Amino acid sequence: MAVVTYRDALTQALREELQRDDTVFLMGEEVAQYNGAYKVSKGLLDEFGPMRIVDTPITELGFAGVGVGAAMVGLRPIVEFMTWNFALLAIDEVVNAAAKMLYMSGGQYKMPMVFRGPNGAALQLGAQHSQAWESWFAHIPGLKVCTPGTPADAKGLLKSAIRDDNPVVFLEGEMLYNTKGEVPDGEHIVPLGVADLKREGDHCSVITHGKMALVAMRVADDLAKEGINIDVVDLRTVRPIDVEAISRSVQKTNRAVVLEEGWEICGMGSQVVDFIQRECFDDLDAPVLRVHQEDVPMPYAKNLERAAKPDAGKTIAAIKKVMYLD
Amino acid sequence: MSTDAKRAPAPVPKRKEKGTPGDNGDTAPGKDLAATTPEIRRELLHSMLVQRRFEERCAEAYALGKIGGFCHLYIGQEAISTGVMSMIRPDDYVITAYRDHGQAIARGVSPRSVMAELFGRADGCSGGKGGSMHIFDAKTNFLGGHGIVGGHVPIAAGVGFAIKYRRGNQVCICFFGEAAVNIGAFHEALNLASLWDLPVIFIIENNRYGMGTSISRSTANEDVLIRAKGYRMDGESVDGQDVFAVRECMARAVERARKEKRPTLIEMRTYRFMGHSMSDAVSGTYRTKDELEENMKRDPILVLHNKIYESGELSEGEMSKIDDEAKAIAQDAWDFADASPEPPLEKLYTDVYADTSS
Repeated sequence: MAVVTYRDALTQALREELQRDDTVFLMGEEVAQYNGAYKVSKGLLDEFGPMRIVDTPITELGFAGVGVGAAMVGLRPIVEFMTWNFALLAIDEVVNAAAKMLYMSGGQYKMPMVFRGPNGAALQLGAQHSQAWESWFAHIPGLKVCTPGTPADAKGLLKSAIRDDNPVVFLEGEMLYNTKGEVPDGEHIVPLGVADLKREGDHCSVITHGKMALVAMRVADDLAKEGINIDVVDLRTVRPIDVEAISRSVQKTNRAVVLEEGWEICGMGSQVVDFIQRECFDDLDAPVLRVHQEDVPMPYAKNLERAAKPDAGKTIAAIKKVMYLD
Repeated sequence: MSTDAKRAPAPVPKRKEKGTPGDNGDTAPGKDLAATTPEIRRELLHSMLVQRRFEERCAEAYALGKIGGFCHLYIGQEAISTGVMSMIRPDDYVITAYRDHGQAIARGVSPRSVMAELFGRADGCSGGKGGSMHIFDAKTNFLGGHGIVGGHVPIAAGVGFAIKYRRGNQVCICFFGEAAVNIGAFHEALNLASLWDLPVIFIIENNRYGMGTSISRSTANEDVLIRAKGYRMDGESVDGQDVFAVRECMARAVERARKEKRPTLIEMRTYRFMGHSMSDAVSGTYRTKDELEENMKRDPILVLHNKIYESGELSEGEMSKIDDEAKAIAQDAWDFADASPEPPLEKLYTDVYADTSS
């Protein structure tokens, strides 16, 4: 297995799928000549030409709609948002058009397309550029929502997303592009809707997704030194969500912490906790706790930003609390 | 429903009425009829009458509670749908907003399946899941009925993009009302269509009111066509009550799209004879009864009828027969819809996601 960056894993997925199916094309701001704002599409213009790697003006609503129209008549668009923060300008096309087209047409028009781009807070980008959007899109029937945390999952999920006949919201961790990991050689596919047990232990379950999966793995490694062994359930896809994997883990550990990058109210964690109380009520030895961003817009100052974000320390504190160790 | 809304739209007259708008001097028969044959003219009249009679039955069904939700009738605008559809091919694409019944029928979507959709029945074109605002029909490349003002305009650009991507020579027709020209999606779509040379014909059906707001209260520059220039796009403004004018304009736009791969923005000036939807009064709030009546003199069906009558190619009896056919089609659609079962409950959960086979 080769060790590659999250960015290169995504590029591999794009390249392989563009080669495999000539109805697949990529469009977005700076994806072609500039090689991508985050360089995910580096080299693709040279290989596939300007009809398939399409630079757009700064017009999110416009090009998201172009993607929807192209998908309606049989192409497989990949629409890149420079960041998901900008995608709010296009949310009508994602939610009102892409997500509902199959249903409101009585099954006549499917939407084989991917909306992708960086998600979540980076460093000191301020309130408008530091947000995790998964709970917004996971709310919508008709969409699928991927949140890969590792290079292998990024590649495998993106390939599945491109091949899927439904609109997939693909949220890449803005801070993850330079992270490295092993990616299986050859064709590597990760099915949508299947969680991955990234660490195994029977003292507590940490249920998480996206960038926070890395935090959870680090926490698991640190706590192992103290003799605390935790399950890290990386959901990978938050819609459809792998309820079975969550239940399996919590029924084993009897304790759970739900860790996410976004805000508390109506966050992904709210939904996960709901599944846990329904599926594992009699298994729980402690109330489930959640770790998430503080309930404030993201501040700029370094110390405030650090305080606002969920992190390993907050996660460890929550785990110890549900284990009645603090 | 108000008494006004129940009033039947202008009937087909028994004989030509002198001085009717539409006979305003600029319509020498030779010019207008040039591009059509008697058979085509008969079909145009038939198409418009089917829509009219269909929509009248919709109003009736709505009053009886057979149709629910929002229901926007097309009465008064039929020359546009009929004129446009008569100039395009079966492999072309059509996408529109929520005032979509007439356009669907003019495009060739079965009136039965449209009415069944409105009744919320299993045999509806969208299986009863779409309703009045979401008429879809893949067989005729009718890409919907969309309910968010302007939201479908970029989608039309996307269809144009796909045509170009595949090096096809189809066109995509995109209908919307004049109020949509103030929304961002319209501007973003027009910019992209022109920038990328997409074969899309954007049609503004200017019926002068976005719901209850007149164009003078909504639009800084009422010359909506000037927006074509802003995007380096060809534009035309035509009398949307005259099906021949609509056809002539479409002939130019379609040729531009197929040969030059260039988009066109067309303003078709029209008037809606009913309320914005079935929920509002036809007149009395945002427009006067006098204004409505004045505009109803330019009923597009009357305009066409008078021209055909003048030419002498169809007798009054023959034209009545066409109207009877239209009424029979509307009745048949009603009967079909009424007999169609409700969608089975298990359909609630289908079509949320497509099965992915690849």
